[in-house]
Amino acid sequence: MRLEARIPSGPMDQKWSRRRDEIKLVNPANKRKYTVIVVGTGLAGASAAASLGELGFNVKVFCYQDSARRAHSIAAQGGINAAKNYQNDGDSVYRLFYDTVKGGDYRAREANVYRLAEVSCNIIDQCVAQGVPFAREYAGVLDNRSFGGALVSRTFYARGQTGQQLLLGAYSALCRQIGAGTCEMHPRSEMLDLVIAGGRARGIVTRDMVTGKIESWVGDAVLLCTGGYSNVFYLSTNAKGCNATAIWRAYKRGAGFANPCYTQIHPTCIPQAGEYQSKLTLMSESLRNDGRIWVPLKAGDNRRAADIPEAERDYYLERIYPSYGNLAPRDVSSRAAKRMCDEGRGVGPGGRGVYLDFADSIKRLGENVIRVRYGNLCEMYERITGEDPYKVPMRIYPAPHYTMGGLWVDYDLMSNIDGLFVLGEANFSDHGANRLGASALMQGLADGYFVIPYTLAHYLASTKFEKLDSSNAAFRDAEGYVQDRMKKLLSINGKRSVDSFHRELGLIMWEYCGMGRTREGLTGAIDKIRGLRAEFWRDLRVLGEAADLNQELEKAGRVADYFELGELLCLDALEREESCGGHFREEYQTAEGEAKRDDAKFCHVGVWEYQGDDRKPARNVEPLEFETLQLSTRSYK
Amino acid sequence: MNLTLHIWRQKNRNDKGRFVTYPLKDVSEHMSFLEMLDILNEQLIGRGEEPVAFEHDCREGICGCCGMVIGGAPHGGHAGTTVCQLHMRHFKDGDEVIIEPWRAKAFPVLKDLIVDRSSFDRIMYAGGYISVRTGSAPEANSILIPKDVAEKAMDYAECIGCGACVAACPNGAAMLFVSAKISQFGLLPQGQPERMRRAQNMVLAMEKEGFGSCTNYTACEIACPKRIGISGIARMNRDFNKAMLCTVEAASGKRA
Repeated sequence: MRLEARIPSGPMDQKWSRRRDEIKLVNPANKRKYTVIVVGTGLAGASAAASLGELGFNVKVFCYQDSARRAHSIAAQGGINAAKNYQNDGDSVYRLFYDTVKGGDYRAREANVYRLAEVSCNIIDQCVAQGVPFAREYAGVLDNRSFGGALVSRTFYARGQTGQQLLLGAYSALCRQIGAGTCEMHPRSEMLDLVIAGGRARGIVTRDMVTGKIESWVGDAVLLCTGGYSNVFYLSTNAKGCNATAIWRAYKRGAGFANPCYTQIHPTCIPQAGEYQSKLTLMSESLRNDGRIWVPLKAGDNRRAADIPEAERDYYLERIYPSYGNLAPRDVSSRAAKRMCDEGRGVGPGGRGVYLDFADSIKRLGENVIRVRYGNLCEMYERITGEDPYKVPMRIYPAPHYTMGGLWVDYDLMSNIDGLFVLGEANFSDHGANRLGASALMQGLADGYFVIPYTLAHYLASTKFEKLDSSNAAFRDAEGYVQDRMKKLLSINGKRSVDSFHRELGLIMWEYCGMGRTREGLTGAIDKIRGLRAEFWRDLRVLGEAADLNQELEKAGRVADYFELGELLCLDALEREESCGGHFREEYQTAEGEAKRDDAKFCHVGVWEYQGDDRKPARNVEPLEFETLQLSTRSYK
Repeated sequence: MNLTLHIWRQKNRNDKGRFVTYPLKDVSEHMSFLEMLDILNEQLIGRGEEPVAFEHDCREGICGCCGMVIGGAPHGGHAGTTVCQLHMRHFKDGDEVIIEPWRAKAFPVLKDLIVDRSSFDRIMYAGGYISVRTGSAPEANSILIPKDVAEKAMDYAECIGCGACVAACPNGAAMLFVSAKISQFGLLPQGQPERMRRAQNMVLAMEKEGFGSCTNYTACEIACPKRIGISGIARMNRDFNKAMLCTVEAASGKRA
């Protein structure tokens, strides 16, 4: 597998401007002759499609939801980082770059992260101009708040719905292009295969989710902006429809899958309430600005929170990490919560929860201030749990939330397959082994608004394309695969529902490949997944027809892919014999229980290459070179 | 608790559709309404019957996918609550629960409880944006916006586009939805240059889609899971009327 990162030469702070000066441009009159396929309409997809349409390219956009506005970026709550330094608290592009690389436990590509920090300020300008109603101070200037893993206040926000407002901004930019005819929108369309012809990504095959029609789409480049794969755990904070089918099909067509074991378990989610639970709800990390996290000092203390005196509480994040306290990064906070519960000090049903308590802040600032800052989050908590967080502390527990791993891309966001670009959460490049809060929105919009318009144009201008239509053999082949697989799923006629399999897969993943991983556990998990996968193909029941709106059939295809991806995730976790960020191997930890990296052996990206269904995939390596920052042990104490 | 569900089943756009009754036992009060439907669907699959199709995605009240009329009320009728956030503790043993899709001319039923809301998108394509080229934005803090104005714009911006307002309206009007976008942009300085043109284009697109008009029932604001108020409709009508009286194109500085 060819893994050329194509990082521009020169000093770190000049690399991106050098690349922009070097790239080839497309003649304005020729732009409309290029067709660009964009899959997914979250922050990355919508911003990319809108920006490319505006430049004059002929853009075809696909999403599985009934409207582009519903992509899961909409659910991001807390905020978006940018190095504006409006607070005069010492922030800079360099510091945002440093915090992000350090937060990612030195497993991200330096040059990509630097560019991300550089364009962060443009994103805020762009969004404000689009009418995104960010929070403001009385003087009319933009307000900021703090997020985990940083000592400066650089997070911009719109109540607890920042993702919604940024997405609606990108969606409105996309609407403008759809109205202008440069973008053609295909909602309720699920990409089921990638088509490679002449060694280049030249199109996709989709299923119309209302009529069941299988269709081929030809283009000159394909952009996958399809998000992450947290739903491999079944219970996660992702939307029910989020799936990995697009990137998984690309992997099986030859794209490298980088660092699948880097998954993020978010520390502040509402704990599971019962067996029937269908998803977990996030409570924004921003709550940790004013909420204090604690558990009882003694194991098995069943008293109500209010009855536990101050001296018998353990504010463990403040105790263990005095300099970052409740704003320790997500991986660190999640593991600490698990340790407390493992010690028998967890609270709530099943002892799987810790308190997030606003009592002190309410005393200090008044209930009204807390209500203004977090009103909608507290309301959401109360609707779900029936408890009032202004009176009783919230109960929270970690849950799968984001995946740092994804398809491998070079500096230009192109995968190892020419013409296949991967943006946002679907790629691997910027967050290393752990993503800091408020950085996902930043990356999605950086990729879509400010990176891809340059790098894609360069690819198109420097490539000679052969004429192609969907009667080409590569398209016939992909359509055939899609049809066969649907027939197969519908004809098993077994006894078990898709959800029952997905739930069971999720339990295996959570138990053995969640917050703590061991050699023994992972090896066993791979066997268990294979066994369950065989049962899936033997005993699945999908009713209805292929040529109809069929939600069970949609789910079945996605879960079939999750079985394979789950196995690769365990394999990657097994072969990465170190702990870093969200990947915690019990065998590799310090005396204090912190992640212990092995830079001598694993300071690289692990990139998996598909070798056929019955063969072990090959593990390739892209070494990570740190020219600006010193590799050091992450400390938040 | 045990419930009796009466659910609208309709095979496709052309099918006539009908209510089918399903008894459901041992529903936990901690479940969400959609999790209750998940359980029903598991049982239907077990019996070899096609599960009930309903739209849902984020299940935390923000994507706007879900929506059904429960007991005559869109989203079940609890203030500020989408159906995915509605919990079964609001129901009691023995309840008869009637579940229907949004009913409106501009939202044809696709299957069971799923409707086609693409008309909302087409209204947005007609003008639901501020035209700003990527990369051409001025420095963010060069546009000062009073906090109360930004907050009010945010109140309108919270619309999730679920369509409950249309389902609640006896006229099948989409004016709460359209006015929310027009008001968000109309309040902000960034939205001023296109304000009249936007109101005109969006309202005309809305009428073309077959939505009804507002006659001040206010059922929409009661049904809105984001509690968006009807004051925006007055703003929209004002801007639309001004735009129609003196269109941007007609306002020439030159002698006629």
